[in-house]
Amino acid sequence: MSAGAASGYRPYTLVAELTYRCPLRCVYCSNPLDYARRRDEVDTEGWLRVLREAEALGVVQVNLTGGEPLVRDDLEALVAEAERLELYTNLITSGIPVTRDRLARLRDLGLDNVQISIQDVSAGPSDRIAGRRSFDRKLQVARWIKELGLPLTLNTVLHRENLDRVPEVIELAEALDADRLELANTQYLGWALLNRRALLPTREQLAQARAIAAEARQRLKGRMEVLFVTPDYYVDFPKSCMDGWGRRFLLVSPDGLVLPCHVAHTLPGLTWESVRDRPLGEIWRDSPGFNAFRGEAWMSEPCRSCERRTTDFGGCRCQAYHLTGNAAATDPACSLAPAHALIEAARREAVDAAPVALEYRTRRAGART
Amino acid sequence: MIAADARPRLAPKVRLRFDRKSDRFMLLYPERGMVLNPTAAEIVKRCTGELTVTEIIAQLAEQYAAQSRDAIEREVVQFLDAMTDRGLVRSEP
Repeated sequence: MSAGAASGYRPYTLVAELTYRCPLRCVYCSNPLDYARRRDEVDTEGWLRVLREAEALGVVQVNLTGGEPLVRDDLEALVAEAERLELYTNLITSGIPVTRDRLARLRDLGLDNVQISIQDVSAGPSDRIAGRRSFDRKLQVARWIKELGLPLTLNTVLHRENLDRVPEVIELAEALDADRLELANTQYLGWALLNRRALLPTREQLAQARAIAAEARQRLKGRMEVLFVTPDYYVDFPKSCMDGWGRRFLLVSPDGLVLPCHVAHTLPGLTWESVRDRPLGEIWRDSPGFNAFRGEAWMSEPCRSCERRTTDFGGCRCQAYHLTGNAAATDPACSLAPAHALIEAARREAVDAAPVALEYRTRRAGART
Repeated sequence: MIAADARPRLAPKVRLRFDRKSDRFMLLYPERGMVLNPTAAEIVKRCTGELTVTEIIAQLAEQYAAQSRDAIEREVVQFLDAMTDRGLVRSEP
């Protein structure tokens, strides 16, 4: 019997990556570098079945994301089905291809929350990171969301160019009457890893922004939830990535692969299965990819005997692979990791960083890994 | 502390759902969820913006007649204060 079946993990959240298509070209996009080769999107019927099978497995939340989920014209059908299944729906969007009428329709169909990303607090730097003029439109859409009575999450991905403007981001979130503000530091995988030299902040920048966020969290208590997500590069111990591999999160990629996170299919040697070939529940339980890093048998030292192994599960498998070449290694973000010097070197680079050009998300990079 | 005549209701981003797997009620909000114990669920079900805190306490005192009214009052107020701080419950003025 597989580890998954034996331990009876229950997925609570389905991350539905409806498409890799997106009007923006953000330099820290979390989609895989070869996204352009993965063009064969699951159709409406396929996604409706995924929602039903996910709910039967125990899922209660669905993040409708991408790419840009609004480029799919069947979003309405998916929201309606999620509502029928009593799934909490969170639309994670750039805010670009949408009209006020469409937002109103999605609200009427039961959409529960809209998360819109804003790259910075003014058009110049925001559009520079997004690789396209988009800032003014995003503000307009954020206002529509509130006017329509939908809850608004404002999300800003933080890096060395905008960390010093966290006070202004908070002001903007207050002006927009956001219900929730996510100050999420860049996670350095995929496109963000390519651009790490340009994006990684210094420890001082980070500490200052964190303190400002903590003050705002206290001051806005009860009105606006303020989250601050620290980057792995400045912690002593790694985060429990996805609450542990294949424990609580289930992700379906645009082309139908069932994964524990949005990066897992970039790890070599793991077998992933598609919702087109097998029921979701069987994949969750039996898929060799899911079971590869469940439990503790895969761990090496120092994780294997570490008392934190049941808290952080060894950190992020994808970060381990993309930095060390070994997906079963201790996450280098951990101060106890044999490969921690890689993180320390990146931190030093951040202190005396010379300006470097940004590499935008583009389909031409498809061949790179 | 929440006022006795406040009329609490769930914040717009929050949904209450019965979870068949755990046989409990659950609060759902962006990226999070909270499993409620039976008493908490009975309180949340009454957070509709119509009942005052006093009325919620009275209804629960009737339902849980074996418990002292003081204990119920303490539990309701503590729970609603914590939920208000977390932005999950708001009160009608």
